[in-house]
Amino acid sequence: MAQRPLTAMIGPGGPPDCAAYGLAGGWRGARRALRDLTPDAVITEVTDSRLRGRGGAGFGTGQKWSFVPRQPARARRKYLVANADEMEPGTFKDRLLLEGNPMQLVEGMLIAGYAIQASEGVIFLRGEYHLAFDRLERAIAQARQTGWLGRDILGSGFDFDIHVHASAGRYICGEETALLTALEGYRAQPRSKPPFPQVGGLWGAPSMVNNVETLCNVPHILANGAAWFRDLAPGSPDGGTKLFGVSGRVRRPGAWELPMGVPLRQVVEDCAGGMRDGYRLRAFLPGGASTAFLDAASLDIALDYATVEKAGSRLGTGLAILLDDRACPVGMLRNLEHFFAQESCGWCTPCRDGLPWVERLLAAIEEGTGQPRDLDLLADHVRLIGPPGRTFCPHAPGAMAPLASGLDLFRDEFLDHLRQHGCPRRMAA
Amino acid sequence: MSTADPALPPDLPPDLPPDLPPDLRDEIAAMMAATDHPHGVTVGALAAVQARFGWVSDAHLVELARLIGVSAAELDGVATYFNLIFRRPVGRHVIMMCDSVSCWLMGADALRARLCDRLGIQPGQMTPDGAATLLPIVCLGHCDHAPALLVDRTLHGDLDESRIDAIADGVRAKEQAREQGTERGTEQGREP
Ligand SMILES: Cc1cc2nc3c(=O)[nH]c(=O)nc-3n(C[C@H](O)[C@H](O)[C@H](O)COP(=O)(O)O)c2cc1C
Ligand code: SF4
Ligand code: FES
Repeated sequence: MAQRPLTAMIGPGGPPDCAAYGLAGGWRGARRALRDLTPDAVITEVTDSRLRGRGGAGFGTGQKWSFVPRQPARARRKYLVANADEMEPGTFKDRLLLEGNPMQLVEGMLIAGYAIQASEGVIFLRGEYHLAFDRLERAIAQARQTGWLGRDILGSGFDFDIHVHASAGRYICGEETALLTALEGYRAQPRSKPPFPQVGGLWGAPSMVNNVETLCNVPHILANGAAWFRDLAPGSPDGGTKLFGVSGRVRRPGAWELPMGVPLRQVVEDCAGGMRDGYRLRAFLPGGASTAFLDAASLDIALDYATVEKAGSRLGTGLAILLDDRACPVGMLRNLEHFFAQESCGWCTPCRDGLPWVERLLAAIEEGTGQPRDLDLLADHVRLIGPPGRTFCPHAPGAMAPLASGLDLFRDEFLDHLRQHGCPRRMAA
Repeated sequence: MSTADPALPPDLPPDLPPDLPPDLRDEIAAMMAATDHPHGVTVGALAAVQARFGWVSDAHLVELARLIGVSAAELDGVATYFNLIFRRPVGRHVIMMCDSVSCWLMGADALRARLCDRLGIQPGQMTPDGAATLLPIVCLGHCDHAPALLVDRTLHGDLDESRIDAIADGVRAKEQAREQGTERGTEQGREP
């Protein structure tokens, strides 16, 4: 059977405590890193593993760490932040890791903190994750008690502690610079780069923001080595396993740990039991709400960063949302754009004003008051705010990804709505 | 955005009577003392006030701003920015129903309408007896059990008509228990 390091300790009995975690193989990575390796050697190991960030953008993790200035923690304060905001619709993977094995995140943060010589770790947790909050607090307290957090960890001279920041909710807080602004106590608006957070982040200090799943991979890389990690995904350009999942009208929606590069068909058919009776797969968003639609013919492409991009979308968070043949694509786009319009932070005009306009156009088309020129207006929005660089952050381009692809893929449905003055499915119902 | 000036911000009436209970003031002072960057406590302090009173009133906001050393306008800007800080009163139970895409695909709209019916309110409103407020929320990370909603700290998934009815009844039952003084500490966790 394929290995599942990320989820091996996750079971119905609740998360392992500090001792059980150790007995099941935990802390080996931290021990090796802190006892046997220099911070630079840890970074090299992670770079060699080909771990790419699991927060959506897929940047090489080791490479990202190497951008942090090298002084030791005592010379200048540095921060490591675990991004546990997880508000992307259709995404539920970090929750599994946070609730199922919080100690793994603590160990991952300890190693990452050592690699960049951070003095302080922060878990930026979305406020609605109450169970995760309680379990993280418990895990951190135990780790502190057993000496895995605090001063002079393992006699290495390295000091590191973690605290949890419960956010008060806004999707944009997941964007790394907005997250830092939120931690500083301001309205969570993104910042322009440069300076990059690695150099000038939280309170102006060098800061590393990593996704929860990214950090949870780190203990295993250090315990078993970069080559082992690469081999978890044989033949794939990306190393390791990943939580892949589906939501929508499948028999058993869920998330599963699989090697990088599996095709979505395997997730849908083998893991999720296929579509429910009476439903056919029409199209899917491969990695959350801000990725472009692919049609059912793309079910067999490999789920790795490069292949999904070549197919015209993004791997994103790796959790696919399935559109079935009985749901209305226009209605789905309206739902998606409502989310993006509502969650715009309002900082840049194209996003603040353009997204509500998009939402209104889609609502009109769905409700039967749309005009043929509305399709051109929608396409204009895609053209004007879709390309990166027109706005402060990728929120607006992310919002345009499903729309651009949807206008293409579902053109006939859009025209049917206009011709019949409303949603044909609603009228038939 | 300087917070260095300890003088009272001009928008605060200097003779405002204290409204926050002393232990809550102490709690917030302790939060500020525990960090090199007291400004970072704004969200946590707002949440602490809300945990006590259910929402953040103008009087509390103004007093909190003075404690932290920011203008009331700035703190209000932060408070109104975040989904989970309430600047208006909410019911004793807050029901947040996901309106994002996976839940929509699984039929959340019809279930929300049913819940509105059962509670006699629209999203954004509080029941006349103050028992519950219904709010929309973005994806709760429970999409594998869509449609989903959160009642206070308890997550409910795989919603259908009978579960929606049970949730509405459950809020009512908790209210009755409260009236009879038998309610135990708030349950938290997840429905099986
Ligand atoms: C609007 C927006 C929301 C985001 N939300 C999240 C999130 O909830 N969690 C996350 O890990 N990354 C999120 N990201 C990506 C982060 O900005 C950042 O790239 C990521 O946390 C880096 O971690 P990684 O290198 O480990 O992937 C978001 C990005 C944008 C533009
Ligand atoms: S693109 Fe949108 S969310 Fe991002 S900074 Fe601009 S207004 Fe804010
Ligand atoms: S879309 Fe509703 S819980 Fe994720």
